[in-house]
Amino acid sequence: MREIALHLLDIAENSVAAQGRNISIEVVEDLISDLLSLSVTDDGRGMDERTAQQVLDPFYTTRTTRKVGLGIPLLKLAAEQAGGGLSLKTALGKGTKIEASFRHSHIDRMPLGDLSMTFLTLLVAYPHVHWVFAYRVVDAAGQSREFEFDDVELKTALGDTPLTEPQILKFVRGMFEEGVEAAAPQTVK
Amino acid sequence: MPAIKSLEELKRAREEALQKKQVKAAAGSIQVVVAMGTCGIAAGARETMKSVLNYIETNNLSGVTVTQTGCMGMCEQEPIMQVIVGESPRVVYGKVNAEVAAQIMKQHVQDGKPLKEYVLPV
Repeated sequence: MREIALHLLDIAENSVAAQGRNISIEVVEDLISDLLSLSVTDDGRGMDERTAQQVLDPFYTTRTTRKVGLGIPLLKLAAEQAGGGLSLKTALGKGTKIEASFRHSHIDRMPLGDLSMTFLTLLVAYPHVHWVFAYRVVDAAGQSREFEFDDVELKTALGDTPLTEPQILKFVRGMFEEGVEAAAPQTVK
Repeated sequence: MPAIKSLEELKRAREEALQKKQVKAAAGSIQVVVAMGTCGIAAGARETMKSVLNYIETNNLSGVTVTQTGCMGMCEQEPIMQVIVGESPRVVYGKVNAEVAAQIMKQHVQDGKPLKEYVLPV
C-alpha cells in the first residue's frame, strides 16, 4: 500500500463485511499539532475482546480462502513506522471504531493519496450503506477547513436513479474532488 | 460544502440522466465486480475501479452496476474483475490494471465480446 487513502479503503471494507449499516470516516490533517489521523466507525457486528486482540495479528483472519489477514496489521505497521499508532474500540453487537495516527512531518509517513477516489469507490460500490465522510484540515497558518459529506441528502434526491449513471457519477466525482482539494493544505512548491 | 446549491446541480444531473437517450450497455443488465480485499487494493484495484467509473462517465454508458467483492483466494492474479452480462455465466479477469479495465469495458461490457487473453479459468 502506497497511500493512506488505500489503507482507509481497506479498513472501510472490513466495516462493510461486518454488516455496518452506518459507516463514518474521518481524516484529520493538523499541521499545527503535526498529526495525521484517520478513523472508521461502524455499527456492524463488532468483536469480543479476544477477537479484537487477534485482528492485530497477521496470522488471524475470518476468511476461509487463506490463512493470513494483513489489512489491520499493515495499517498498524505503517502508523507505528511514522511515529503514530493504531487503536481499536469494539463491542460485540455494537460496532467497531478503528483509529490510526501518523506524525504528519515524519519522513516515513506515506502520502495521504487520492482521498476523493476512496470516498467515491465506497459510495458507489456499497449503496446500501449510509456513508458519512469528513476531511478536516488545520493548515500551517492555523486555518481550519473541512469537507463533510453525509449521503442522506444525495440519496433522497436520487431516489432510485443509480449512482453509476454517467451524469450522477460525474456530479459526485466532481463534488468529492473539489471538496477534498479545497480543504487540503496548500503544498509548498 | 454548499450542500443546497450542489443539490440543485444534482437534481439537474438526475433529470439529464433520466431524459437523455444514452448509450446502452450490450444486452440486458450488466454487472461489473471489482475485487477489493487487502490483496486487490494493494495490487491496484482502486485504479481499476477508477478506470471503470471513468469509462462509464466519458462514454455516457448507462445501466451498468458496479460493485465490489473481497479476496477471492487468487491474490496473485489481482486486480481481479468480473463481468456478468444478463443471464450469462460470470467472466473472471485477472491482472486488470487501469488500461485492461478500459479495454474490458469497451469490448466486453459495451460490445459483448469477452477479452480471452485476460480470462481466468475459474
